[in-house]
Amino acid sequence: MKTMRRSTFALASVAVLPLALAGCTEKSTASTDDITVTASDETCDVSAESGATGTSTFQVTNNGSKVTEFYVYAEGDRAMGEVENIGPGLTRQLIVSLPDAGTYQLACKPGMVGNGIRQEFTVTGDSTSASDESGQLAEAADGYRRYIRSQVVALQDTTQQFVDAVKAGNIDQAKALFPVARTYYERIEPEAESFGELDPKLDLREADLEPGQEWTGFHRLEKDLWVTGPQPDTNAIADQLVVDVQYLADQVNAEDYTIDPTKIAGDAQGLLDEISTSKITGEEDIFSHTDLWDFQANVDGSQAAVAALQPIIEERNPELAANITQRFADLDAELAQYRQGDGFVFYDTVNEQQRQELSRKIDALSAEVSQVQGVVAGA
Amino acid sequence: MTDPTGTTDTTTTVDERKGVSRRRLFGAVGAGAALAGAGALVGRATAAEPPFSHADVVAFRGEHQAGVVTPAQDRMHFVAFDVTTKSREELEALLKKWTVMAERMTAGEEATPDGAIGDGLYVPPSDTGEALGLAASQLTLTIGFGPSLFDDRFGFASKKPAALEELPHFRADNLDPARSGGDIAIQACANDPQVAVHAIRNLARVAFGTASVRWSQLGFGRTSSTSTTQDTPRNLFGFKDGTNNIKAEETDVVDENVWVAYGDDQPWMAGGTYLVARRIRMLIEQWDRTVLGEQERVIGRSKGSGAPLSGKAEFDELDLDSKKGHDPVIDVDAHVRLASAQELGGIQILRRGYNFTDGSDGFGHLDAGLFFIAYCRNPQEQFVPMQLNLSRNDAMNEYIQHVGSALFVCPPGLAEGQYWGQGLFT
Repeated sequence: MKTMRRSTFALASVAVLPLALAGCTEKSTASTDDITVTASDETCDVSAESGATGTSTFQVTNNGSKVTEFYVYAEGDRAMGEVENIGPGLTRQLIVSLPDAGTYQLACKPGMVGNGIRQEFTVTGDSTSASDESGQLAEAADGYRRYIRSQVVALQDTTQQFVDAVKAGNIDQAKALFPVARTYYERIEPEAESFGELDPKLDLREADLEPGQEWTGFHRLEKDLWVTGPQPDTNAIADQLVVDVQYLADQVNAEDYTIDPTKIAGDAQGLLDEISTSKITGEEDIFSHTDLWDFQANVDGSQAAVAALQPIIEERNPELAANITQRFADLDAELAQYRQGDGFVFYDTVNEQQRQELSRKIDALSAEVSQVQGVVAGA
Repeated sequence: MTDPTGTTDTTTTVDERKGVSRRRLFGAVGAGAALAGAGALVGRATAAEPPFSHADVVAFRGEHQAGVVTPAQDRMHFVAFDVTTKSREELEALLKKWTVMAERMTAGEEATPDGAIGDGLYVPPSDTGEALGLAASQLTLTIGFGPSLFDDRFGFASKKPAALEELPHFRADNLDPARSGGDIAIQACANDPQVAVHAIRNLARVAFGTASVRWSQLGFGRTSSTSTTQDTPRNLFGFKDGTNNIKAEETDVVDENVWVAYGDDQPWMAGGTYLVARRIRMLIEQWDRTVLGEQERVIGRSKGSGAPLSGKAEFDELDLDSKKGHDPVIDVDAHVRLASAQELGGIQILRRGYNFTDGSDGFGHLDAGLFFIAYCRNPQEQFVPMQLNLSRNDAMNEYIQHVGSALFVCPPGLAEGQYWGQGLFT
């Protein structure tokens, strides 16, 4: 959402950190070792109850009528991998690294809500977790990269649906889809911001426009939908949005797309800073007032980034790990008050005192998360 | 400006303190040279440095908290916190952490050892760094607890002093809740505004999750003298303020009016005091259109010398009975009359306020005034009757508006090893 990105982790270039990532490439073709998951609105059938340590590949087919999600959880509901926004009739692949023997949980989430339909998944074999630091860090970076990629897939889907509704002139449906598509962008925005001018193209706010600058992206369409009504170039802007999201997908799916482990903590922090600067004031979605969707998405994205680092934090600073978990829970509970249906109340109904309380919870969480980079870097 | 070196026993020199001061870090090179390269900072704590030439450090520990009768510094950053945790343990841990940081900062040290640059490249520095190279600047940090802290959250109800009751509504009060109240207050006073701001900023940032800032106020010019070593300053109305204030050197008067005595109230409070804070907006533009004669009548003093209208020199006694024909020389509703001990049956308070200007409001008028701070032994018996009298009758009310208000109880000073608020927990 910013034209000028603050460099939360500019120091990465001087870090003496191992960048080599574990060899876990994502194959696009199904193989005989793959585990199939057949989801409906009420069931979640998995072809195997157990697997071996290392990498597992799930082919998830949604035969239900609701959009679904599939998760692999480790103990404590730590998401080891997820694939979201699987529309009816679609098949999606999830490659997940399960380095340690133990009992994991698989979950389908029809309608993308709740705890999902769960079952256990037993993993046996020797641990493939590297005991040295570099292995742990590479694993974290790999896990976070998978998260980014999974979000971009969902972003492409929902953005296409949003754009279709805009171009069909279906204003109400477009309005309903606007915060949904943004969710997947807001979860990974710090990564999108790392690709040059991409973020301004996708997410520039009217207030940040410079004289003569063309205004494209989500917020331009937001104004068309909520304020001015469709404009002569609305459809062209909508098409451009799809093109720009595709560019993002190409970048994060590129083979040479790697993530510095210290950058993950920077992303976690950057997402919380986003809330403090533009969400808490209601500036971000000034026309639609859907700020709380973005707010939750930023929190989710931050939590996912921290989760990727969780084993490292647990090992090196258990107290910090516990504090962060507690603060995320506090903030989620605070946000839950504003849930309504599948989404949230509009932010213009949240009064000053309530915004202050949200801000305090964010400050409390940020203070803890700001320590993570140091822990990861071994400082 | 007088030099307060050695004038009271509450000052000491940094050489008596342990640790490396921010100033000493830079040593003889001086801040300007040191800024030429951050790399040059490391290891500059050498013996070859000039000793401090002035008493720059006010002792943090003692019988009473510093910052009350300490000769008023030039600058202030005052902050009120809401405690956001429900955990008594977390609150106690914060107060302990604050105490360590506060003691360090008042000695001219960083909030944490080498916290500005020594924590490594991958964590936010634990000291924010803007006071590096600055002297201690007589920084004092004074803590107080509001009535709201004694509710049912932390089990302090039985420790609540009787006099810690919310102030009554005074006539024409126009209080903004966002500038009033608070569970905990910290007054930072220093001769360098950056030192005061640095102190509050660093205390606030470690509080996130446990306490959050409710409101704060910067003050830039002391509006009273608390020591006979100080000249009387002027407030934003251009008048000398604090001529008749209680002075630190008058220890009997201070004991009688400022410090809570054993047997007054809660035992943990003995040696403490109460802090009343009022944000008083001055209607500057109206005042500036008022003729000099009226200004002097409203105040009851001459603008030039500060002398009461009944006298010739600043410290001449206020003669409330003197007449000019049939009329009193000092008007019946003059500010000095209504605020005087004679008028109030002997009531006195120690004033320690600061001028403030927070830019301008939307009408092009200065958002400015007096951040009034008073310390007293019992606010209900001292401040309240005084303010009741002033709010009803003071001619100055036409030119001021009370927009913020808070009351805090300040515990006594700390002995070695004690922490802020310890009396509440034991």
